[in-house]
Amino acid sequence: MKFSDLHLCIPLRDMTQAKRMIAKSFELGYSQIGMSLPLSIKQDVIVQLHQVCEEFGLDFVTRLDLAPRGVGELLSSLRRFRRSFEVLSVLCSFKPVARQAAKDHRVDLLSFRAFEPRRRFFDWAEAELASKSSAALEIDMTHVLSLEGFARIGLFSCLRREVATAKSFGVPVVISSGATEPLLLRKPQDYASLTFLFGMDASLALEALSKNPAGIVERNRRKQSLDYVAPGVRMVKEKKTH
Amino acid sequence: MTRFVRRRYLALKVECEEPLDRNAVSDAVCNSVLRLFGEVGVSQAGLYLVHFDEKMNYAVLRCSHKALPMVKAAVASIIKIGSQLAAVHVLRVSGSLKALSKKAIKS
Repeated sequence: MKFSDLHLCIPLRDMTQAKRMIAKSFELGYSQIGMSLPLSIKQDVIVQLHQVCEEFGLDFVTRLDLAPRGVGELLSSLRRFRRSFEVLSVLCSFKPVARQAAKDHRVDLLSFRAFEPRRRFFDWAEAELASKSSAALEIDMTHVLSLEGFARIGLFSCLRREVATAKSFGVPVVISSGATEPLLLRKPQDYASLTFLFGMDASLALEALSKNPAGIVERNRRKQSLDYVAPGVRMVKEKKTH
Repeated sequence: MTRFVRRRYLALKVECEEPLDRNAVSDAVCNSVLRLFGEVGVSQAGLYLVHFDEKMNYAVLRCSHKALPMVKAAVASIIKIGSQLAAVHVLRVSGSLKALSKKAIKS
């Protein structure tokens, strides 16, 4: 089984730390890693990260995190940046944003604030919209590890409800690390063990670490390839002109 | 004759920037189970640190087989040992020490 971690928060100013985290991901058994990149990132940094990942035989995935304050901002950001990144995640801090993100086919991942249970809008209505589009629910495990006391109790309670809702509506779940340093990274099997804390089956957890994220990346790469014309339409062969 | 309590042995790899001792690791595991599952959880888990290699930071932990999912979750959730940032990874799980050592040698 090939495992993916679509959310590594690597400090891009410090390339040695970035290398350490990439090496650690490889050591822990991941074969595909996604990094959250800022909009201002230069092309040479992306090339450098690509090269480091290639040294370890890892598949590098570019990812953009959007945190829009309104529907208009979300739509304009999607229009501008969708084609430039392989994975696009939306932090849904407001209900209209969450609803729009759930029904928009250009959004890959729906993420919610870990510290504010009242701003987690993944209810049955959100799940129904997400099930008709291609959006998946993202769970960042760094919050599960780092929160303590009542904050963590609240998070477990929300995650338990959200995972059950996602399962009943057939919305894929993606588990990612969200790690900012190597000691916050865990093996995929360890993350699967941690999902026991919010009532997720081990088999579903392993899918959320392998099949679901890999499927998102593959789908988007296919869409970004030159052969792609429209949903269901792909250029197979070009007519030769003499 | 089968044992009354079935046990599981976990091979663990502890990662920490500072050197660690056996008691610190044992306390960290116990505290993690206590924090997540409470006193009843710790009493059900039957935790015992069988072995700790201070040079290589490998450990063998024993627990009840019924509490295995709890213990695995608790071990994975450790982020500090003492005051140091740390990570604990489960390498292998087995029903006997002999099988665990065989699996560890193979891997």
